[in-house]
Amino acid sequence: MKTTQILIAGFGGQGILFAGKFLAYKGLTEELQVSWLPSYGPEMRGGTANCNVILSDTPVGSPIITQPDVLIAMNLPSLQKYVDTVVSGGQIYVDSALIDEKVAREDVEVFYIPATQIAKSEGIATLANMIMIGHLLENNPQLSFDGTEEVVKKLVPPAKAALVELNLKALTLGKEYK
Amino acid sequence: MAVVFKKPNALADIPLHYCPGCPHGIIHRLVAEVMDELGIEGKAIGVAPVGCAVMAYDYFACDMIEAAHGRAPAVATGIKRSRPENIVFTYQGDGDLASIGMAETVHAAARNENITVIFVNNAIYGMTGGQMAPTSLPGQVTQTSPYGRDVNHCGWPIKVSEMLSTLDGPEYIARVAANNVKNINQAKKAIKKAFQNQIDGKGFSLVEVVSACPTNWGMTPQKALEWVESDMLPYYPIGVYKDRTAAKEAEQK
Amino acid sequence: MAERVLMKGNEAIAEAAIRAGCRHYFGYPITPQTEIAAYMAKKMPKIGGVFLQAESEIASINMVYGAAAAGVRVMTSSSSPGISLKAEGLSYIAGSDVPALVVNVQRGGPGLGGIQPSQSDYFQATKGGGHGDYKMIVLAPASVQEMASLTIKGFNLADKYLMTSMILADGTIGQMMEPITFEDAEIENYDKPWALTGTNCERAHNIVNSLYLKPDELEMKNIERFERYKLIEEREAMWEEYMMEDAEFCVVAFGIAARVAKNAVVAARNEGIKVGLIRPITLWPFPKDALLAAADQVKGFISVELNMGQMIEDIRLYTQSKKPVGLCNRCGGMIPEPDEILESIRNAQKGVF
Repeated sequence: MKTTQILIAGFGGQGILFAGKFLAYKGLTEELQVSWLPSYGPEMRGGTANCNVILSDTPVGSPIITQPDVLIAMNLPSLQKYVDTVVSGGQIYVDSALIDEKVAREDVEVFYIPATQIAKSEGIATLANMIMIGHLLENNPQLSFDGTEEVVKKLVPPAKAALVELNLKALTLGKEYK
Repeated sequence: MAVVFKKPNALADIPLHYCPGCPHGIIHRLVAEVMDELGIEGKAIGVAPVGCAVMAYDYFACDMIEAAHGRAPAVATGIKRSRPENIVFTYQGDGDLASIGMAETVHAAARNENITVIFVNNAIYGMTGGQMAPTSLPGQVTQTSPYGRDVNHCGWPIKVSEMLSTLDGPEYIARVAANNVKNINQAKKAIKKAFQNQIDGKGFSLVEVVSACPTNWGMTPQKALEWVESDMLPYYPIGVYKDRTAAKEAEQK
Repeated sequence: MAERVLMKGNEAIAEAAIRAGCRHYFGYPITPQTEIAAYMAKKMPKIGGVFLQAESEIASINMVYGAAAAGVRVMTSSSSPGISLKAEGLSYIAGSDVPALVVNVQRGGPGLGGIQPSQSDYFQATKGGGHGDYKMIVLAPASVQEMASLTIKGFNLADKYLMTSMILADGTIGQMMEPITFEDAEIENYDKPWALTGTNCERAHNIVNSLYLKPDELEMKNIERFERYKLIEEREAMWEEYMMEDAEFCVVAFGIAARVAKNAVVAARNEGIKVGLIRPITLWPFPKDALLAAADQVKGFISVELNMGQMIEDIRLYTQSKKPVGLCNRCGGMIPEPDEILESIRNAQKGVF
């Protein structure tokens, strides 16, 4: 695969780091080179959170993403902050339940998913992050939906086994959203 | 011929460097006698302080380590947690234990670290030449309190045994004195108990030994011992300040 | 082959330490390295080890000193301001010739500074930090895998040479996750006849000590220690060379800075600039032979650092200033973008350093 740099950004508490971890573990099970770099410190507590995930066939150079191939924006400040950093030809996934603004750029592919709203109406309010990821896996040519169940099982601790089904439901909702 | 007096085995055969009339030699001897009597010299690891007793690592015949100023209880913690089967003790002065090392002292006590602390309180910094210590008495003249310790300027002495005995952690806190035969015999009993407690796994045991510093007090040895009795002991009364096991037994009765 | 697992850099250090036989950890909380303590707190009680949260950085390093003197493999970890507090103990450990592993996951300074990644403790780590003539072996991991492998190596070197090995990492490498594999740790065992074990009344007492009141004795101790340091300089320097075969310019960077610099080197190569990278893995001993050899090959050097320019002094020193050395740096928790480094490389090609 081509080296794919994915930047996920939003508020603390939206599961930004977990979403990134899911992608990193997926890369791991697919024998890819992987790096996962979170923002850390006080900014995590109620402020903005972001997460850099790089998936590649070759060893990862810098784990710090300055020009993402993919941006997943889960709040307006994140979209505004990073929209211009996405490479030309890249993709932007916008949680349109939380972000009214449209992306003005025409050299990127933009997907609008009302993930937070879908999550609420499906009774899985905390899993908007995984709806976004499901949509990403379905629509990004470098990624695939295959093997998600295995990854979710690996990632969810045994004590919270009930969450496996809910995560899979969220991923599937994202995949099937048109 | 019957041997009536000999050097304890736990004391190395090296001349001590202490000033004439200094009770450190007596207190070293008490610790060494206790080690002999309990048969623990071969298991003992001592931690020397920074201060007059800095070279205690040469004087005790057991394994020894020299700690940074005030850090002996932390160093002892590291040793004891690595070798719980060994007997670990520190030997510290008042500047070392109650000033720069107060945090290490309090927290080792709070953890009930299973070590033995011998705390020699002579109300002055001896090795550096007689500066005011955290335990110098109000009004006491030292090199850095030349007009007498002014409590309004530099605060009050710290009563270590009383303070530590307020903690839930430690097993045994006692104050003794090394100024006359009766008190010295009593001191040995307390030191022995402090080591026995460690052998029995009971935890942090500290013996504060009120001592003298004739050189830096500017007194003859005789006068210095009298000053311990007349001035220090009223401020630092002898006694057992905490004995958890004894208290528990008393409660059960 | 061993299984690949995803781990944070800080956790990799902790796991590797356990695999290296370390059963004693003494520490104090500070961002961004607290995962190490958390990992140890969870694991040590289950494997018969000791995790103890000390009352201060000062106490924790002195607990390390005591445990090291007792002959066990022991470590502590902290971040920049905490390492300053440990400096006293580091000096005593050096002066007493006992082995220990100390981790510094650096953050910006001076003072309380910030909590974002930095390399501004290079001087402190390589030139001392505490008082007196002494050195520490300083290992600078640039990946999560190296966080693990250099931790194991650090313990072995510490035992071999009776001194502190410091892992000089940074917040990025500490916080990031990458897949790593744990091959069986190669544990080197060295006798410790000097350790405090109790005499059993069968041998003369061991004394662990750094006090020498006779100046000629102290001088001799220092000279002996520096003879050991000389051996380390001859034997133990580690570095990575990347695209140096035909390089006309050489970027020098360690840790996370080297990761970013690698991207810039690739970008510059794509523009036809013949540039390579030397990444010191040991900061002390500094890979001076590699640098000196490069000085006869390239037209100039660029030091990429997350500080105001510290390693650049060693580059100048060990290349004997044969070629110009430029600086491309950010500090305070900022990290240069590959483009900033690329610009420095372009400038170097124009003769601007």
